[in-house]
Amino acid sequence: MSRQRLHNGQALPAWPMRLLKGAILLVVCALVVLPFLGIVSTSIAPRAQVQAEGGFVLIPESFTLEAYRSVLAGGVVASALRVSVLVTVVGTALSLISSTLLAYGLSRPNLIGQRFLVVFVLVSLLFTPGLIPLYLVVKQAGLLDSIWALILPSMVSGFNVIVLRAFFMNLPSELTDAARIDGASEWQIFTRIVLPLSKAVTAVIGLFYAVSYWNAFFNALLFINDPSKWPLQMVLRMYVVNDGQLGQSDLAVTENLPAQPSIQMAILILAMVPILLVYPFLQRHFTKGVLTGAVKG
Amino acid sequence: MGRPTTDDGVTQSTTKTAQTTASETRRAEPVGKRPGGARGRLRWRARLRRDGILTVFVLPGVLALLVFQYLPLLGNVIAFQDYLPFLGIADSPWVGLKNFEILVNGDPAFVRALVNTLIITAVQTVFVFPIPIAFALLLNSLLSERVKRVVQSITYLPHFLSWVVVVAVFQHVLGGSGMINNWLRTHGHETLDVITNPDAFIALITSQVVWKDTGWATILFLAVLSTIDTELYEASSVDGASRTRQLWHVTLPAMRGIIVLLLILKLGDSLTVGFEQILLQQNAVGRHASEVLDTYVYNNGVVGGNWGVSAAVGLVKGVVGVALVLGANRLAHAFGEAGVYRR
Repeated sequence: MSRQRLHNGQALPAWPMRLLKGAILLVVCALVVLPFLGIVSTSIAPRAQVQAEGGFVLIPESFTLEAYRSVLAGGVVASALRVSVLVTVVGTALSLISSTLLAYGLSRPNLIGQRFLVVFVLVSLLFTPGLIPLYLVVKQAGLLDSIWALILPSMVSGFNVIVLRAFFMNLPSELTDAARIDGASEWQIFTRIVLPLSKAVTAVIGLFYAVSYWNAFFNALLFINDPSKWPLQMVLRMYVVNDGQLGQSDLAVTENLPAQPSIQMAILILAMVPILLVYPFLQRHFTKGVLTGAVKG
Repeated sequence: MGRPTTDDGVTQSTTKTAQTTASETRRAEPVGKRPGGARGRLRWRARLRRDGILTVFVLPGVLALLVFQYLPLLGNVIAFQDYLPFLGIADSPWVGLKNFEILVNGDPAFVRALVNTLIITAVQTVFVFPIPIAFALLLNSLLSERVKRVVQSITYLPHFLSWVVVVAVFQHVLGGSGMINNWLRTHGHETLDVITNPDAFIALITSQVVWKDTGWATILFLAVLSTIDTELYEASSVDGASRTRQLWHVTLPAMRGIIVLLLILKLGDSLTVGFEQILLQQNAVGRHASEVLDTYVYNNGVVGGNWGVSAAVGLVKGVVGVALVLGANRLAHAFGEAGVYRR
């Protein structure tokens, strides 16, 4: 690579252009990072400072976890957190099991009705079920106010199945053929050969499912009327977006509460933390996942 | 449903091998020589014995799609009913096409929702669509791979946050007691009303979409940019092409396919605009400024109890959406592009 060329052979731009680019990138990154800083700071700032600065702190004077302690002590937020974790863990497990099995079946030409079933999955990508008919189905199934209403309707994503199938079909067929000749059953081939070879793509799909379960808000609004079964996103909407006041009775805390904005920002952080935790893993692999889907879908 | 035949796995390995060989031979038979009658049934049973396990594999996934994706299609019959929840689908009176009259009789709430939807789609196509392309070009022209990776990591992140979180973040930056107004107030300036101002609503939701998804949308463009043959740039610069000329004659032509593809998807989605995002913010600005087709179906049907009319609107919206995707794809073929699927 010569000094005058970029890695892709484009000519190097003049310095005012490069300065402008640097400035743009800096501003773009600041637009994402600064709000986060403000939210974290407000959630850990002491009560007096939050009140003095009118509800929003950029640089905290000191550090306290009082807001987190009071929301996690019990009450609405803690129970919503439990619901969200449960839905995400159970939902992701069921989604992964059903999607990988479906994708593996569809990747085998000797599946009975293989062509029809592939079309069946592809066509499901073309439309989203109407909101009202979906509501009626869930209601008929007796799932209203049950956490299964937060899991079953989004358990299988046709798109993810197609991505997985494309990946399974690209595995060298010699491996599975050899196993078949040696008398391995389909189940053995699936669990001992296909899945171990597809760890990365399965992990990414699993993370995509987990993120969507964790983030789901509308399903809960539509299907769950009982506030004690709300997931965290609903509580976030109630108390942060709609600015509802969280009292001592909502939080099962008896002493003085931290400043309201601190509590709100603490809930907001709790809703983001799992995403931030899995993000590095997601980021390492998702480009691959997205591109597989786009190219071979 | 035939149970999987796993009993002859380990203990009778010789029989198993014989069986496998037999089935291999069967598969190798030419298709033209179809045995019929009793032998065909026998073959079918053998096939079920051999491949039935795969059917068991796909069953849970197929059932989930059937119940929660396909079955709701049948629920659309209530669009032709005066549906009452306590009567159910079986007993609610049929009213023919009466529910569909709302589409043509100029009902102000419906017209408002339709107009808002189209305006938002148009604004977002014009202002949101080109931004990731420009940003991808910018990232692609960076000298340092490390800077590029850091910027990507930061800008992809908001895509994974929920709309509830994004809306909360915006409120606490732009809201009445948020970061910016706080600063303005302490420095003796007028405060800005963004969150509750109906006139600023479209600008607000558009900027949220940009904030959330610009980084994410660059992935595909960057992938395409990385496939461009570097010799094209070298050859064109030897011929004296400036950077602008290279952009116009090398870079953009290479991106044409993906741009057409994404525009098609956008067109197919043009009646669907940020449902969760808008629903979350309707209280602040009122329904006149913010009602779109999806929120209309929800507010009018599930909340307001006009089930039949809302289902009719939802049904027409769905049908038009599918027609738009198929039509746009045909258009792409006409322009000689690959489109979403091949014919």
